[in-house]
Amino acid sequence: MTRVSYVDSDILIIGGGMAGCGAAWEARYWGRNLKIVLVEKANIDRSGAVAMGLSAINTYLGLRYNENTIEDYVNYVKTDLMGVIREDLVYDYARHVDSTVYLFDEWGLPIFKDENGRYVREGRWQIMIHGESYKPIVAEAAKKSASEIYNRVMVTHLLKDSQNPNRVAGAIGFNVRDGRVYVFRSKAVIVSAGGGSQIYRPRSTSEGKGRTWYPHWSSGSSYGLLIEAGAVMTMMEARFSVPRYKDGYGPVGAWQLMLKAKQTNAYGQDPFSLHKEELKKLYNGKYNYVDAFPTPTNLRVYSSLLELRQGNGPIYLHTEQVLTEKNEELGWEDFLDMTITQAILWAGQNIDPMKSPSEILPSEPYVMGSHATECGAWASGPEDIVIKEASSVDERGTSYSWGYNRMSTLDGLFVAGDACGASPHKFSSGSFTEGRIAAKSAVRYIKEHSDEKVSPDSSQVEQLTVKIFEPMERYNKNKGMITGGKVSSNMMWYDQGMARLQKLMDEYAGGWSSWYTTNEHMLLRAKELLAYLKEDFINYAVAEDYHQLLRTWELWHRILTAEAVINHMLFRKETRWPGYYVRSDFPALDDDNWRVFVNSKYDSKTGTWKLWSVPVVDLR
Amino acid sequence: MPTFVYTSRCVGCGDCVDICPSDIMHYTKDRKTVNIEPDACWECLNCVKVCARFAIDVRSYADFVPMGHSISVFRDEKSQKVYWRIKYRNGKVKEFAFPIRTTPWGSIRPPYEMPEPDPQDLYSPVLSFEKESVKRAEVSIK
Repeated sequence: MTRVSYVDSDILIIGGGMAGCGAAWEARYWGRNLKIVLVEKANIDRSGAVAMGLSAINTYLGLRYNENTIEDYVNYVKTDLMGVIREDLVYDYARHVDSTVYLFDEWGLPIFKDENGRYVREGRWQIMIHGESYKPIVAEAAKKSASEIYNRVMVTHLLKDSQNPNRVAGAIGFNVRDGRVYVFRSKAVIVSAGGGSQIYRPRSTSEGKGRTWYPHWSSGSSYGLLIEAGAVMTMMEARFSVPRYKDGYGPVGAWQLMLKAKQTNAYGQDPFSLHKEELKKLYNGKYNYVDAFPTPTNLRVYSSLLELRQGNGPIYLHTEQVLTEKNEELGWEDFLDMTITQAILWAGQNIDPMKSPSEILPSEPYVMGSHATECGAWASGPEDIVIKEASSVDERGTSYSWGYNRMSTLDGLFVAGDACGASPHKFSSGSFTEGRIAAKSAVRYIKEHSDEKVSPDSSQVEQLTVKIFEPMERYNKNKGMITGGKVSSNMMWYDQGMARLQKLMDEYAGGWSSWYTTNEHMLLRAKELLAYLKEDFINYAVAEDYHQLLRTWELWHRILTAEAVINHMLFRKETRWPGYYVRSDFPALDDDNWRVFVNSKYDSKTGTWKLWSVPVVDLR
Repeated sequence: MPTFVYTSRCVGCGDCVDICPSDIMHYTKDRKTVNIEPDACWECLNCVKVCARFAIDVRSYADFVPMGHSISVFRDEKSQKVYWRIKYRNGKVKEFAFPIRTTPWGSIRPPYEMPEPDPQDLYSPVLSFEKESVKRAEVSIK
């Protein structure tokens, strides 16, 4: 028998990572009497992408000391993404991000400081921290701000208003330990449920599959929730890969930016200089991307890939040229704060970074909106930087603003962090900042809609309450047919579904085994195979217990995310970021036709997608 | 498997079950704990750090880390430091200690203890505490 709890709130925050914590803080500041509920599928003290810790804050402008201007920052981000970003969104978080860092400093996050008390720069935009406890510190602030926090509750679906299908009225999920269903009814909802890893086949096999760069628990839930609710999505084709220390995924930022370690092929040559002229022919565009400084990340990755394909690997990061007894601790802390495996890997493989270089390899692709890429919901921009206003609900999918900052195309539904698209390079501090922006906007939304009655559609609640447990019902019905194990003609476990998803995405949608290369034929094949997987999920998914049920719904969010990725990649008929993927049928960058956003909307009733492009408008 | 639990030391307090971000530390039938899904383990070591009895250890991923390594960690909220000891396969040892926090745990002042913001500011781009702590130009209106 299903036990159900109803939780009412003014603001519901889904996901307690950096963005969700920022949202809780800011919602409380502006809405002193509001009921703010945060729901988290793990434990907020150690959840989200910063659960392990972090060794740097990648976005701090230093405006107080005139270290940078906001305009410089926006230009840097735009170049890194090859010309396609929402400048209004990036400008907006950039003007606030320093104030977030000052909050962290005041709360007790240890930030490296010089003799004058100024933050020590790792790179132009990055500062160094002792970040082992980054997440519990930020969580402390969120816990003191929220009215209630529900840990270990996985949200599976957003709920619509009974009267208005364009209005989100809450969310539904279940406790992953005891199976209790939670129906959250809320006047405003903020989705900050993280990005997507484990959608493409990881390079690791067997036990090591858990050691992906972005954590296993980043299950694409932001996208899954938003897509199924019918929010307009943007830039889902911009799934990307990161060059990291091979296998351990140790961060390279401090090593390259601060310690100035060089990357070469096996013969000591710099991959980018070797391929620069060749890259210019296809990828220079109208804005000289290849000559830009710093070189866009994806172009550096692409030159490494070309070297690897030509058999000139491994690509090395020459730690031995820069590491000494004096700065050794810095390098080790970089790993121990955020990627402990990398330190263990060096110990297991007897690698002394002062004596020998380490291998660098581009990872499997990830679907994200907070790091150096921009997948997510199409959101309304800041009220004071209006580029193109929407005059009707239908026009939101092609406009930049419809009244409430960071509101998705659905009324009352806000997005932040990995959930907000076309707003890249936020990293931890920017994601927290975007959570703050979204929450303030949500408070204003509630104030201005105080006479509106919202209540979730009760038939939707009833249907979903049954649907959530279908995989367990199916298991209990069918388990007696087999003597044991996990092989059955009418049951599909989550790990079997994951394996199929990862294999098809890897082989047909530009994963590592195909050198991140695809074309229309391959993508159509991916679409076909994914459709079978989706059907099989609906008809055969089983879970033996609540933990497996968590994994099963994570798989559903991953499937929807993958479907968006494939459709977007099919729609963009060019190669915009060759280091992330190449469309071999359209191998060049095409600024004349494709310097645009690709937007999409999914219809969950028919299972069909609609895609269109929106021009990129520059602020100046 | 990435993290594992020593039978002799685990008392089944459940601190690791409570903290694991991946929901993979579970109770066994005789009320100890076990990592039920090692291939969903990120080696974040939050279970190791939280275990007061040092019952949890790491044997890194079988597919790419040779045996013979070890890592131990002690996170101390009193001294506000995290202590690391890494042992190489060849016996070499590395030890480090890093600060974790500069203020006492629980010391963050929540937003509701601060003066109420000017209601008009709800309609401006200003976020919490920016008027107090940030140069105005940082939130300039374009």
